[in-house]
Amino acid sequence: MSHTQTKKVSTRELKRQGYRVSQKTPWGHPIVYILSLLLVLVCITPVVYIILGGFRTNSQITRDPAGMPNPWNPANYITVLSGNVFWSELVNSLIVAAATTFFVVMLALMVSFAIARFRFRGRGVLYGLFAAGMMFPVTVAITPLFIEMRNIGLQNSLLGIVICEIAFGLPQAVVILVPFLETIPQSIQEAAEIDGCSPLGFFWRMIVPLSWPGVATVGILQFIGSWNNYMLPLYLLNDSSRYTLPLGVQMFSSQHSVDTAQVLAFTSLSMLPALIFFTIFQKRIVGGLTGAVKG
Amino acid sequence: MASGTAHTKKNKQKRTRLGGLNPGQLAVLCVPALVIFLGFVILPVIMAAYYGLFRWKGYGTPSVNGQFIGLQNFQVILTDPQFQRAVGHTFFVLIMSLLLQGPLAILFALLLNQKFKGRGLIRTLIFVPYVLSEVIVGTGWSLMLQMHGAVNQVLQQMGLGAIDWIASPKYAKWTLMFIITWKYIGFAVVLMIAGMQSIPEELYEAAKVDGAGFWRQQWSITLPLLMPTIKLWAFLSMIGSLQLFDLVYIVWGQYVSDTAGVSTMATYMTREGRLANNYGYGSAVAVVMFIISLIVAFTYQKLVMHNNLKGALTGDSGSHAPKKKHRAAKNTASKNGTTESAATSAVTA
Repeated sequence: MSHTQTKKVSTRELKRQGYRVSQKTPWGHPIVYILSLLLVLVCITPVVYIILGGFRTNSQITRDPAGMPNPWNPANYITVLSGNVFWSELVNSLIVAAATTFFVVMLALMVSFAIARFRFRGRGVLYGLFAAGMMFPVTVAITPLFIEMRNIGLQNSLLGIVICEIAFGLPQAVVILVPFLETIPQSIQEAAEIDGCSPLGFFWRMIVPLSWPGVATVGILQFIGSWNNYMLPLYLLNDSSRYTLPLGVQMFSSQHSVDTAQVLAFTSLSMLPALIFFTIFQKRIVGGLTGAVKG
Repeated sequence: MASGTAHTKKNKQKRTRLGGLNPGQLAVLCVPALVIFLGFVILPVIMAAYYGLFRWKGYGTPSVNGQFIGLQNFQVILTDPQFQRAVGHTFFVLIMSLLLQGPLAILFALLLNQKFKGRGLIRTLIFVPYVLSEVIVGTGWSLMLQMHGAVNQVLQQMGLGAIDWIASPKYAKWTLMFIITWKYIGFAVVLMIAGMQSIPEELYEAAKVDGAGFWRQQWSITLPLLMPTIKLWAFLSMIGSLQLFDLVYIVWGQYVSDTAGVSTMATYMTREGRLANNYGYGSAVAVVMFIISLIVAFTYQKLVMHNNLKGALTGDSGSHAPKKKHRAAKNTASKNGTTESAATSAVTA
C-alpha cells in the first residue's frame, strides 16, 4: 500500500517537472469486461471440460454429461500415466518436434542469410521458389510423398516424418526470416568485413545472435505446427509404436470409444505439453504476432 | 516472379557493394535447404501429376505394375458426384469462414484493442484453441456434441430440444463451421489487433475533435486502414479452407463425412486414394486440388490484392502509417515482395 503511495507521488512529481510519464493501464468499462469474459468462456470452457472430464467416472458422465467431477476420481489419469503408450507417444512427438524445429531454423536461417544479405545470380528465383512453396501444402503432396518415403525406406520411421516436416516447414521460415534479416543494419556487415570476418564467420558471430527474435518466432510456430501435425504421421506411420501424440489420441479414442472418461484423460494429458509450451512462450507468440509485448 | 525483381531492385539501392560470397560458401548456405525442399516438396507434387496418369495400386512402379490410362482418372474425378459434393462443401467452408470469422474477428479485435487491465491475459486465453491440435479439438468436440453429450444436456436444461449435431446433414455443416470458428478465430483476432496497432492514434483524436462517435470512427478510420490486414487474413483463411482435412476426418471419419455433408476435397482424396489403395487416383485428386487452389489464389491476387500491391509499389498506399521506423522498414520490404511475404511480415511485425 505504502509502496503504491510513494509511486503515485513520484509520478505526479515527475509530471510537474515536465516529464512524460507512462500512465498505468486503466480499468475498462464494465461492458468491455463482460464481453471479454464471455469470449474467454467460449474459448476456454471446452478445454476445461476435457480436463475435468478426465477426473470423472463413466457413470458420472453418462448420468450428467455437463456436470462437475463428484467425487473427483484420479484413476483415469493414473491409468494413462502408468501405461507405456502415452509415454512412448510423448517421446516420439518430442523427438519429431525438436528435431524438425532445430533443422528448419538452422537451414532456413542459412538460406535466408544468403538471400537477404548477398546478391548472386538466381537469388530472386531462389526466394520466389520458397515463397511459392507456401502454396504447396502437405495435402497436395502427401500421396506421392508416401510412395517416395516407402521407396527410400523411410516409411514408418520418425526420421522420415522429420525430413518431410522440415521440407514443408522451410517456406514459411524463409519467408519470415528474409525480411527480418534485411533489417539488420548493413554497417554491421561492413564492419565485420573490414575486420576480416568471412561471410560464414559473420553468419555465426553476428547473424545467429542478432536474429534471435525472428528465430524464436519461426521456432515456436514450427514447434507447435510439428507437435500438432496429423496428416504426415497418418500417411507415413503404420507401426503404432512409432505413433506421435495426435495419432495416439485418435487411436486411443477409437479403441476406448466406450470409456469416455479415459479418452478425456488421455486427451487432456496429450494437450498438456502444448499448453505448457504455450504458457512459457505466450508472450512471444501472441506478442510476436501483435507487434508489441504489452501486459 | 514479380517478387524477385522487386527485391533485387530494392537491394540495389540499399547495397552499394556486393558481399564477398564465393560459390563454395553460397553452396554451403543454400544447398541443404534447397535439396530438402526440392526433394520432398516439389518432386512429390511433380510426381503426383505423373502418377495421376496411371491406374496403380502403389506396388512397384506405375509404368511396370500400373496401367497407363491417360486423363481417365481426371475424367472420373470431375464427374464423380461425391467429389463434386466435396468441392461444394469445401467452398461452403471457404466462404462461410470469411463471412463468419472476418466480422467476428474485427469486432473482437476492437474489443481487445481497448486499453484495460487484464487484456493481455484475455488475448492469451482466446489464442489457446489455436495452439491445440486439430485431433484434440476434434476429439473433444465430438464427445461434447454427441446425442447424449454435454452440449445437448445444457440445451435440454434450458428447455430446448437435443440436436444431432454431428450426423444430421441439416446441422453438420454448421457444427463444422462452429468448430472451425472456435479453433481459428484467435489467430484472426491477433492478426487484426496487429493491424489496428499500426493505425496512428492521431487519426482517432482528430475524428473525436470533429465529433465522430466510437462506431463512426471505426467505420471511417479503422476499417479502411485495416484493409491490408483483412485481405491478407482472407488469403490465409482461404488457403487453409481449401486444405481442410484433420477436423473433418477426426470428427466425422471417412464415411460419415459425405452423408453428413461435410466431406472435403482432402478427405475425398484420402478415402479414395490411400485407404482404397488407388495411388494413381489419389494423386490425380491431389493435382485437381492443387489446380483449384492455384485458380483461387491467382483470382484473389488479381481481383483483391491488385490495388493493394500497386499502391504499395508506387509508394502511395495511403494507409498504414506505421508508428515505428522499424515496422516501416519491414512493411516496405514486405510490400515489395509477394503477398506471402506480406503475410508473414504482418505476422511477425
